[in-house]
Amino acid sequence: MTFISSGYNPDKPMENRITDIGPRHYSEFLPPIIAKNKGKWLWHEIIEPGILMHKAESGDEVYTVRFGGARLMSTGLINELCDIADKYCGGHLRFTTRNNIELMVETLDEAKKLKEFLNSQKFKGGSHKFPVGGTGAGITNVVHTQGWIHCHTPATDASGTVKVVLDELFEDYKKMRMPAQIRISMACCLNMCGAVHCSDIAILGYHRKPPIIDHEWLDNLCEIPLAVAACPTGAIRPAKKEITTEAGETKTVNTVAVRQERCMFCGNCYTMCPSMPLADQTGDGLVIMAGGKVSNRISNPKFSKVVVAFIPNEPPRWPTLAKVIRQIVEAYASGARKYERLGDWAERIGWERFFEKTGLEFSEHMIDDFRDPAYYTWRQTTNFKF
Amino acid sequence: MAKHATPLLDQLESGPWPSFVADIKEEADRRRKNEKNVTYQIPSDVCDDLLGVLELSYTDGTTHWKHGGIVGVFGYGGGVIGRYCDQPQMFPGVAHFHTMRVNQPAGKYYKTDYLRQLCDIWDMRGSGLTNMHGATGDIVLLGTTTPQLEEIFFELTHNMNTDLGGSGSNLRTPAACLGESRCEWACYDTQEMSYQLTMEYQDELHRPAFPYKFKFKFDGCPNCCVASIARSDMAFIGTWKDNIGIDQEAVAAYIGGELKPNGGAHADKDWGAFDIQKEVIDLCPTECMWIEDGKLKINDRECTRCMHCINVMPRALRIGNDRGLSILVGAKAPILDGAQMGSLLVPFIKAEEPYDEIKEVIESIWDWWMEEGKNRERLGELIKRQGLAKCIEVVGLKPVPQHVLEPRHNPYIFWKEEDVTGGWQRDIAEFRKHHQR
Repeated sequence: MTFISSGYNPDKPMENRITDIGPRHYSEFLPPIIAKNKGKWLWHEIIEPGILMHKAESGDEVYTVRFGGARLMSTGLINELCDIADKYCGGHLRFTTRNNIELMVETLDEAKKLKEFLNSQKFKGGSHKFPVGGTGAGITNVVHTQGWIHCHTPATDASGTVKVVLDELFEDYKKMRMPAQIRISMACCLNMCGAVHCSDIAILGYHRKPPIIDHEWLDNLCEIPLAVAACPTGAIRPAKKEITTEAGETKTVNTVAVRQERCMFCGNCYTMCPSMPLADQTGDGLVIMAGGKVSNRISNPKFSKVVVAFIPNEPPRWPTLAKVIRQIVEAYASGARKYERLGDWAERIGWERFFEKTGLEFSEHMIDDFRDPAYYTWRQTTNFKF
Repeated sequence: MAKHATPLLDQLESGPWPSFVADIKEEADRRRKNEKNVTYQIPSDVCDDLLGVLELSYTDGTTHWKHGGIVGVFGYGGGVIGRYCDQPQMFPGVAHFHTMRVNQPAGKYYKTDYLRQLCDIWDMRGSGLTNMHGATGDIVLLGTTTPQLEEIFFELTHNMNTDLGGSGSNLRTPAACLGESRCEWACYDTQEMSYQLTMEYQDELHRPAFPYKFKFKFDGCPNCCVASIARSDMAFIGTWKDNIGIDQEAVAAYIGGELKPNGGAHADKDWGAFDIQKEVIDLCPTECMWIEDGKLKINDRECTRCMHCINVMPRALRIGNDRGLSILVGAKAPILDGAQMGSLLVPFIKAEEPYDEIKEVIESIWDWWMEEGKNRERLGELIKRQGLAKCIEVVGLKPVPQHVLEPRHNPYIFWKEEDVTGGWQRDIAEFRKHHQR
């Protein structure tokens, strides 16, 4: 391949350099009707699943068609989206916080045609390209992290587990039959780049084996004090060890020792020190958490709680994961009151009932033993249900 | 013809939800055919090798990506995530596979010419794969080689007037909900404030000088669509101080069934006729609403602005007019000490340009955190370690009951010497004059 210069001169990196310019101003990209009515919207309505209408003081109406996509997206697919936006929406589109895509038009008729067109677009393998939905009291797109496709610390794949879950719940992406919205999030390790800790349902990759220590290389690749300091439970200490090198030589090296029974499998040490990998085919898997939310509506924002301590990695289609998510969703859909979020429902009926209704098994792993907050989750009352 | 057999990944092409495998395969195909005659600057089989290495992970249940190493563009300490494959001989196309974070426009609106230009750069100089968008909000360009980093940065800044986002121990790329652009509940212009603060703090965003990462998120109302309260070290959440606007005719229309509650969000299940008592008044967390002479009344002084009634009856109720925002601090996801929610720091502040008062709050928090924070200690952890009262003190605010859900459960107050009459220096001889040994 022939190298093509952008104009950058590696010998003079400061020549014509432009820095610190930030993003483009959003106003350059707003559709005209949005720009015109900004700050002057009166109300909105969900006309049908996937179509929103916003009414402005001016009398203007804008119809938004919302549809899902994989967060991992090729330039080819983005160009296809651009073709659609050029044809139907004057070259404007937007993405939502939950990896949905929105196209805006000015009449309901256009919106319905657009919805029909988007729903007809499919990949060769048969999956939808642009399924319309993700509105109201239903299940919208799952936000997630990188997983095996691009990360060094994951305990599972992200795109694959999310695909499986959304295949399972696809009908509810296109419908609004739930008591309230269900927000599902996925993070592939405890670092939680996906911040799943306040989701109605959270899927979390988790390691269960302490780090393997690459003694021969550790002192060359890591700062030992940083590895020691990285451990939240103080399980890592500096150590010396006699080893036989790959070349057969015996020598004493500076390394670390891990008190394995204190390991919480967070992988923080591995982040600081590549000589302490945790990943393992049978050790790694998923934790399911439920009942969190970020909205302040009716009740305060709340954290998700662990409801399944471990599901093994079962690529490519993670059947147990899909089954567990379905159990939670159906129990909630049939048991909760209108407007009641999953966590509010669980609190109203009691978590003992939650396990009964969902058919999930409670185990000692669900009793918090991590530092002070644990105490506040134990039952300090005689009020409970048999 | 695919370069690697991927029997496991192939099973993710079926099922109705958009298949990332199908999309990557199509991209691999486009690169193979190269109908646009692109002079690829990284291996043209990058997508094939990515599928290959992912198939290997699906087979052996572990990742094949190594730690980043130090890569980036000159003068910046963030915006590029280095990534190398741990099986480079098997998958040379992805041996070097660095990510670039590109700062998205606030609210994530685009014009197609902008996206097409970005795609052209990324087809030529990268993998042709992206995330729209990453968890923090950036456009993520997924996978390129070290020599291309400066070239891409040059093209982004010179031809697209666009900068990189944040990574590492710096201000991460701020994110905002779509706010006033298309939402009647936005209590301030989230997009403008996100843009202005992003511009004000470009140095903090590009050059890591903090103990750890720091996130701003801007939510226009307490519905918190960008999850600021859970996901940002400093959350700016729109609110108001005066009364909820009521259109009694529209209230009557909801009661009469002419208008669909909650904007029609529950259409696919029969929940029965709308019952304002059951669905609004009884669910109000402060019980500050009632019906009197057929009219809806609200005791606004008792309202905590949870948004429920407004969400249910968007055509009848409106957010107040004396608008501003609340600032909550210290949210983060787990490790080291577990998840933290944002804690209320500033109950109400006006969100008006040039945001000087808000910048003062931000900068006093940063000064404190940079002075006292340990390496890799998030703001929320410092607040836990030194106390919320300390945090309130450093921004020069008066502690008020709004800062807590309830007062402390113990009397172990760390009194300061200056708070105690006469101070702490006492004379034992004087004490013994009145108290024998």
